[in-house]
Amino acid sequence: MKRYLYYPGCSLEGTALEYEISTRAVMKALGYELEEIEDWTCCGAGAAESVSHLLSLALPARNLAIADKSEKCNDILVPCSACYLNLKKVEEKTKKDPELREKINTILNESGLKLTGKARVRHLLDILSVDVGADAIARKVQKYREVNGELADTNGTDDRCGAKESASVKRRFDGFRFAPYYGCQCLRPYAAFDDPEFPVSMEPLIEATGAKVHRWSMGAKCCGASHMNTDPEVSLNLVKAILLNARGADAVITVCPMCQMNLEAYQGKISSMCHENLKIPVLYLPQLIGLALGISHKELRLDLNLSSPLSDHPCQEQWIAAQPLLVAGDGTAVELCKRSC
Amino acid sequence: MMKIVRISKGTLKFLYMKLYTFIFTGEVMNQNPNETNLSASLIKIQEMVSSCIQCGTCTGSCPNASAMDQTPRHLWRMLLMGYQDEIFRTRTFELCSSCYTCTLRCPRGLPLTEAMAGLKQISACENLAKYRKSTLFYRNFIESVRRHGRVRESEFMTLYFVSLKDPFVPFRFAPLGIKLMQKGKISLQLPSRGSHPLEALFRKVEEMENRGEMP
Repeated sequence: MKRYLYYPGCSLEGTALEYEISTRAVMKALGYELEEIEDWTCCGAGAAESVSHLLSLALPARNLAIADKSEKCNDILVPCSACYLNLKKVEEKTKKDPELREKINTILNESGLKLTGKARVRHLLDILSVDVGADAIARKVQKYREVNGELADTNGTDDRCGAKESASVKRRFDGFRFAPYYGCQCLRPYAAFDDPEFPVSMEPLIEATGAKVHRWSMGAKCCGASHMNTDPEVSLNLVKAILLNARGADAVITVCPMCQMNLEAYQGKISSMCHENLKIPVLYLPQLIGLALGISHKELRLDLNLSSPLSDHPCQEQWIAAQPLLVAGDGTAVELCKRSC
Repeated sequence: MMKIVRISKGTLKFLYMKLYTFIFTGEVMNQNPNETNLSASLIKIQEMVSSCIQCGTCTGSCPNASAMDQTPRHLWRMLLMGYQDEIFRTRTFELCSSCYTCTLRCPRGLPLTEAMAGLKQISACENLAKYRKSTLFYRNFIESVRRHGRVRESEFMTLYFVSLKDPFVPFRFAPLGIKLMQKGKISLQLPSRGSHPLEALFRKVEEMENRGEMP
C-alpha cells in the first residue's frame, strides 16, 4: 500500500471540512494511506508574505522539517493550493540556495528541527492525475458499476433489475457536464504537473467519472483570493466572470478551499448584480470522484458545501424530471441542484 | 562646436528624465531621483525588477489591473526611477492577488509577484495609513497563528474587526459567518492567549529581521 505524508492545513479543519473528509475517503478507497504530519502548524497562507518575507519562509519550513524526519515516505500530499505553494516555495528555494537553507535552519534550530530537503511537496491534483491516474479511477468506477449490475444492463442482457432502478444507476453521471476550475497557486509559478496557463490535468479525472468536461477558458483564472475580504468589489468582478462562463455546466469542480469559498459564498450577491440566476453547485474534486466510486454523499459531506449541491432547491421536482439522477453509494438518489430554473 | 555637444548631452539626459517622469507619472519631477533616500528594502525590490524592459506584459496579464490606479508596468518604472513617495501613494501592489500570471509571462523572468509582496511588506512594516485595512487583516491572521500554531478563523476575524474600529464592517461578514456557523464549520471563539511553541520561531524571525538579516 502506497503511503503519503499528509498536510491538511488550517482551512481543512474549518471552512473546508468537506475537502478534508472527502480527500481522506477517496485516498482510502483508492488504496492509499495518509500519514498526517505530526503537530503541523499554519503555512502562513497569503498573510505571512504580506507581512514578513522571512516569516513566510520559516512557517512552511517548520512543517517540511517535521516531514523530513519521516522515514517511511517523502511525498507530502497537500490538498490546499495556498499551503501547497508556500511549502513548495521553500522546497524549491532551499534546493537552489544552500545559504538560505542555513538561515532557515538557524530559526528552526530553536525548536530542535532541521530542514534536510528530503521531503517532496505534492498537490492533491498532482497525485490524483499522475500517481493514481485517471485510468485507475475509471477502472474502479467501472468495477463499482459492475458490482451494481449496471454493466450487464448496458449490454441489454440483464433484466433482473427493475427497469426504473437500473435506468437510474446507468445514468449516474451520463449527461452531466462539469467545469474544471484549477485556480492559480497549484499551477503557478511552479509548473510541477500541468501547464500553468492552459491546464488539462483535471479533464481525464472528470471523464473517468463518466461525465463530460465543460470547455471554458476560466479554469486557470484568478478568483481574487483574500481580496474578497479586503477589496470585495475587485474580487466579486473576477468571480462574476467565472460564474458567467460556467453557464451550461452542471457544477464547477475545484481543488482549493479559497477558490471554493469565493465561488460558492457570493453566488446570490453576484446573481443580483447581473440580474441573472448564476447559482451553480461547486464541488471539491475528491467529492466528485468519491461519488463516482460509490462513496455515499453523506460520507463525502455534500451537505457542508455552501452552494448546496444536494437538492434542497425549490425547483427540484422539475429538474429531476428533466435531468439524470446521481445515485450515491448507499443507493439514495442525489440530485445536483440545477441553476437555471 | 565640441562645447555645444557636451552641454547638450547633459541637458538631454535631464530632459529625458523629465520626459519619462511626465509620461509615466503625469507629474513634473521636482527632485533628483539620485538624491532620494530609498530604504534598503526598497533597493532590494528595485534590484528585482532592474532589467524590466517596460513591455507591459505584466499589466496585460494582471486580473486586477483595471482596479489599480497605476498599472504594474508603471509601478516598476516608478520603482526604477526611485519615486518612493509616489509608489506608496498607489494601491497597485495592495491589489495584487498573487495569481503569478505576470511572473509566469514576464519575458525577462522577473519575480514580479514577489516584488509586489515586498512592497506589501514595507507598507506593513511602516504602518502606512493608506494600507491599514489590508495590513490589519494580514497582521491579525498571523497573530492568531502565533498564539495557537494554526489560524482560528473566528478569532482572527474578531481581532480584525476590533482593530479596524469600524462598527459597520462586521455586518458585511455576518451573513457568511452565520452560514458557516450553521454548517458547523466555524464556532464562536473569543480571542484567547495562546502558548504555542511556535512563539520561539516568531521571536527568532523578529530577532534576525531586526539585525537586518534578510534572505
